[in-house]
Amino acid sequence: MNATVVSALPGPAKNQSVALALGRRRHRLNILVEAACVIATIIGLFLLASILLTLVWRGAHGLALSVFTESTKSPGAGGGLANAIVGTLIQTALGTLIGTPIGLMVGTYLAEYGRHSPLANAVRFVSDILLSAPSILIGMFVYQLAVRPFGGFSAFAGCLALAVLVIPIVVRTTEDMLRLIDPALREAAIGLGAPKWKMIVTICYRAALDGIATGVLLAIARIAGETAPLLFTSLGNLNWSLSMNKPMASLPVTIYQYAGSAFDDWVELAWVGALLITAGVLAINIAARVLLSRRK
Amino acid sequence: MSDTASATTHHTTSIGTLDIHSHEKLHEARIAIRGLDFYYGKDKALKSISLDLPDRQVTGMIGPSGCGKSTLLRVLNRMYDLYPGQRATGQAMMDGINLIDPKLDLNALRARIGMVFQKPTPFPMTIYDNIAFGVKLHEKLSKSAMDERVEWSLTRAALWTEVKDRLNKSAMGLSGGQQQRLCIARTIAVRPDVILFDEPTSALDPISTLKIEELIDELKKDFTIAMVTHNMQQAARCADQVAFFYLGEMVECAPAEELFTAPKQKRTQEYVTGRFG
Repeated sequence: MNATVVSALPGPAKNQSVALALGRRRHRLNILVEAACVIATIIGLFLLASILLTLVWRGAHGLALSVFTESTKSPGAGGGLANAIVGTLIQTALGTLIGTPIGLMVGTYLAEYGRHSPLANAVRFVSDILLSAPSILIGMFVYQLAVRPFGGFSAFAGCLALAVLVIPIVVRTTEDMLRLIDPALREAAIGLGAPKWKMIVTICYRAALDGIATGVLLAIARIAGETAPLLFTSLGNLNWSLSMNKPMASLPVTIYQYAGSAFDDWVELAWVGALLITAGVLAINIAARVLLSRRK
Repeated sequence: MSDTASATTHHTTSIGTLDIHSHEKLHEARIAIRGLDFYYGKDKALKSISLDLPDRQVTGMIGPSGCGKSTLLRVLNRMYDLYPGQRATGQAMMDGINLIDPKLDLNALRARIGMVFQKPTPFPMTIYDNIAFGVKLHEKLSKSAMDERVEWSLTRAALWTEVKDRLNKSAMGLSGGQQQRLCIARTIAVRPDVILFDEPTSALDPISTLKIEELIDELKKDFTIAMVTHNMQQAARCADQVAFFYLGEMVECAPAEELFTAPKQKRTQEYVTGRFG
């Protein structure tokens, strides 16, 4: 900073001392804001790190081969989480398989066909509400739809509830990703004489593939850890069961039941389950980031 | 433009020395536009345009931004049909068919009237598939016939020697100029009668631009070409006839030589001498 510079510009003279005072003020304010940001970041990171470290510490303690090979047993009898792990895998996979095609088609409708028509606007609005709806409501909705009429909790109802959660996520990412595509690319395909559906399926989906896949991965990460929608639908099952029309165990519900129990071995298994879910979701998130960065 | 030296003459005009296509007799019209109006919603973007696109010659379209020249191209291959609220009235006749007839099979029309865009628009697939994409829409070819077609169109687009060893690599890895020639190859692979170029070199470097201009000169032996350009030198170098557009009207259309050296309209003269635009 050079305080002696005198402006050679014609016009009103500048008061140098005022300019300097304002500059010092800006400088002080800058330090203050920067410090506040750094402190906030440290607090956030500290909380996150302490959660993760506790999780790894407590979870790794109970991690053993039996966790993956044995099903849940009565307190004091040992046992593992095999039924809950497989239950989560099945319900997450099936929920994604049901929800993704529906979400993909709705997103395509919004981006390519409906655009700003009244129907499209209404669908977009409802989908956005669904995106932020409390997941327990979705559990109760599916309870009315697929549990009560069929006279009991079932794994299939659980899949359905998770699918309802997947749909709005996939709708949003699909629409966003399709809208990012250069209109010139669409016109190029149309200009060669391609019908619209062919342009969408062969050109747009291909151009948006990474982004759409990322959306699906994020949806999987979201539903893998959901407890509330499963409480009213697949309920949970202490025994090994692969039957789709019977209650099925899952990691989040098992954690929910075990963590609050009075038995030490159950609490320990709940920690292991939490570690497994966190590791799984982390892996999916990393995969999504890798996909997205490849896009750039 | 060495190989076209015989067809061009040097002229000194008010915009400097230009290589201009010497006055060649204009061919019979491939597309005859008569009384064509075009609307974006309520805005009239083209006002009663009448213009012939001579068969297997280049029609250059010049004029300031927003004058309607690109709009006219987008009428001819019905690109405007993609957007609700845009409509055209009047005539654009080709082989006895009115191109703006709402009942026309647009996919078949676009196979006959291809378009190359301002920005290169390679599809996110291999070079080979970029070419095959359009061909497969309209023809069922055996593998060997398709290979032949791909080689033919890439050769015509002066790209074959550069890409023949990497046909199965992604087209996104090509340079801008190569991508634009790929887009030209993709367009001619469908064997259209007419090719519309919408400022095909405005996103390219001078050397790539020169290659595309040479290519257009070569392609007009087989294709009827309409080219929108912001570059008057380019219009002078490439076009047999040039049409000047202003505020949605076609002010003047004449052989390139005539339009640049002896324009009849005052507005044309003012534009080609750089007094506005």
